[in-house]
Amino acid sequence: MITIYPAARILTMDERRPIASHVAVRDGRIVGVGEREALDRLGNAVIDARFAQKVVMPGFVEAHCHITEGTYWRYAYVGYFDRIDPLGRVWRGCESVDAVIARLAELDSTSKGSDGPLSAWGLDTIHYTGSGCTRVDLDRVSKERPIGALHASGHTLSVNSRALQLAGLLRTGIDHPGVPLGDDGLPTGELRGPEPMTLVGSHVGFDRNLLACDEAGLRAFGRLCVRAGVTTATDMASLLASEAVDLMRRVTGEPGFPVRILCARRLQGMPPAALVARALELRGFSTDRMRLGAIKIVVDGSIQGFTARLLPPGYFNGAPNGLWYVTREALTETFELALANDLQVHTHANGDEAIELVLDCFERALDGRTVDDHRCTIQHAQLAGDGQFRRMRALGLCVNLFANHIFHWGEEHRAVTVGPERASRMNACASALDAAVPMAIHTDAPVTPLRPLFGAWCAVNRQSAVGRILGETERIGVAQALRAITLGPAYTLRLDDEIGSIEPGKRADFAILEDDPIQVSAADLRNVRVWGTVQDGRVFPAGAAS
Amino acid sequence: MTTPIPVAVVGGYLGAGKTTLVNHVLRHAQGMRLAVLVNDFGSLPIDAGLIESQASDVISLAGGCICCSFGSDLMGTLMALSDRVPVPDHVLIETSGVAIPGSVVRSVALLSSFRVRRVVVVVDAKSIIEQAADRYVGSTIERQLRDANLVVLNKIDLVSTDATEPLHAWLAFAAPGVERRETTHGMIPLEALFADGHNPQPRGLAEMDDADAHFESEAFVPDGPVDVAALAGALLACDVVRAKGVLLDLDGALKVLQVASGRHVVTPCERTGRPVTGLVCIALRGRMDRARLRDAFALAMRPAMPRRLSHDPGLS
Repeated sequence: MITIYPAARILTMDERRPIASHVAVRDGRIVGVGEREALDRLGNAVIDARFAQKVVMPGFVEAHCHITEGTYWRYAYVGYFDRIDPLGRVWRGCESVDAVIARLAELDSTSKGSDGPLSAWGLDTIHYTGSGCTRVDLDRVSKERPIGALHASGHTLSVNSRALQLAGLLRTGIDHPGVPLGDDGLPTGELRGPEPMTLVGSHVGFDRNLLACDEAGLRAFGRLCVRAGVTTATDMASLLASEAVDLMRRVTGEPGFPVRILCARRLQGMPPAALVARALELRGFSTDRMRLGAIKIVVDGSIQGFTARLLPPGYFNGAPNGLWYVTREALTETFELALANDLQVHTHANGDEAIELVLDCFERALDGRTVDDHRCTIQHAQLAGDGQFRRMRALGLCVNLFANHIFHWGEEHRAVTVGPERASRMNACASALDAAVPMAIHTDAPVTPLRPLFGAWCAVNRQSAVGRILGETERIGVAQALRAITLGPAYTLRLDDEIGSIEPGKRADFAILEDDPIQVSAADLRNVRVWGTVQDGRVFPAGAAS
Repeated sequence: MTTPIPVAVVGGYLGAGKTTLVNHVLRHAQGMRLAVLVNDFGSLPIDAGLIESQASDVISLAGGCICCSFGSDLMGTLMALSDRVPVPDHVLIETSGVAIPGSVVRSVALLSSFRVRRVVVVVDAKSIIEQAADRYVGSTIERQLRDANLVVLNKIDLVSTDATEPLHAWLAFAAPGVERRETTHGMIPLEALFADGHNPQPRGLAEMDDADAHFESEAFVPDGPVDVAALAGALLACDVVRAKGVLLDLDGALKVLQVASGRHVVTPCERTGRPVTGLVCIALRGRMDRARLRDAFALAMRPAMPRRLSHDPGLS
């Protein structure tokens, strides 16, 4: 049976036929695109007019996020900006530490009698004046229950005195860069980096194993994708233990699961040869909605956490250079083995020195050969310079830029981390396109909200949270930005033959919009409303996603 | 409170011979229950004859030793280790080739059930100088060496006699005052790894990569006794982020003064003989108030003079 959907406008992202009015679907595949009369050739068809007043785009592709975006919603949201939960409720941003405390106090009072932990996420203290969110602040909520609030970056955890006490850290004499001390010699309660966070995390409800494999969280993630217009997403730093793979295969295989997820296995806990063997094994477990076999490598840390590796002049505030998370040898060997086995590698590199290392190692792995169409991708590449983009092009690499950073942390980057010059060329979308590097943009949810259209707005406007334009010349056009959330990321995931544009033969994956992103002003791109999605021909209204 | 379990951290760049050393230690455990923590098992080819049982992240060996892979979760692995019955006699942590040992030491110190005794940095005697000049990992290797309190010069047999002396001279610069042992095939006796009296002091400036670009320093070489406690307090007010030195206190005793993480610590000096006294203060570039700092030095030098307190009778 063929279904024909008339729409107010279809933005196909197919350059040969950019605009259409009707799309025909059979068995989850697109069989025709064009004007009504042109589709008569298809014979008997059902006309489904529910999108007649809507704008249809290819389903958005989020090529770098984490399914923990779904899991975190079991905790209280205390971020600075408004955010929509999987059930569609808008949680107002907390505009001060007092607002954070108030939300936690409310949570405490609704769970009176429990002595279990109070857990929150999304905390973003750089927007607050004063000294962040310390144990003294959180003690105002409770001194009896352990409390933990994970910061938006995921790299810092604020906890109260009780949580520190349970972890054995409410004592003097601690000497650790991730455990700042107050005037009384006791930890302030702001814990930075994985070691102190792990130590306290289990006492405040952030258990690593729990987060890695969570059925309810996966379903919530699916609902968030529908709200954001996303039909293909990723889980970019998974360890993919067998039980996690089984669970994800089962849940994503349920008839009502609305999104296709590509999971990359991280280089961790095994040497390159074993990783490549495991990735090949995982590839065999792929299903239609769970794609396995890709590899993820983390080369450095984050810029706002001062753990990214920077070339001179280094950090603007004089902080020491960041950390390497992989050896050059392991990086090169993984590239070599992956190229030999036709496996795709996604490499996290934020700082320009880390990007330089990736380029050098990849060049060495290629060893003068040309490997067609490997599509290995540098993830984030926030500080990539023009020369580095040109080298990416020469080596056949793709790039996935973190455009949202300009809004969320642009002011921080300008004033503290890299200074005004480099802040205005971070996530340089225009330079990447000028160098003809295949490009995508991503949200890295839950680091920033899963909203590709917001990311597109960031790439088009490059506006910080206070409205300052950071790097006018790196702004890209709306059409280019829309490509960077559809066909662009599909290409970096090697799925562009299946998804990313609306043309016959591709999957019937659509983002259904209430407004036309081409017609609204560039400044309004972030306000374009999402009705829901069609994924593999299955219709998912966001309003019903509960 | 039970006695903390002694820990040795074994660091050093890839190929230095860390794994060989760990394997040697496992084969010569002398009846001790060792727990060896490695990033992953892939790099640790344990003799099959030694393995009693194997789970996904713990291998039990004949004689009571175990091997654990910690991947990204060193803290979780250590916490699980302190719950084991019986607890291990010693823990040996083999870090990744790019890990900074001082960071590992400070993380282990967050757990009161463990105490790091040794920070061993293994170097490939033949190639360490070349590696330290590498544009990417050179600074990491320098940081590793600065954190060591035992440098193992492995593969020393590959170094010609002529080259040995310059190598030691180079290491005396890269890791000043640190014990060095030459060896081949990682053959280090167990007692060298867990010997008492070697509590590591992660060198205060270890994490300050490329220090000149970001920091500036001011040295203080007094020619007499100093009010160490008063000076310590004054340094913090001058935006000093790090300071370390040995000073002669008013009571005639030598004291070690350290400033880090916004705190100062004064401890008795253990060194014998007549150590050179002096203090180096480090501040973020542009933040060092040298005039104020020199005032603080001057004031600390003549503490016996009564301070003028006439403006503040409440303190007299």
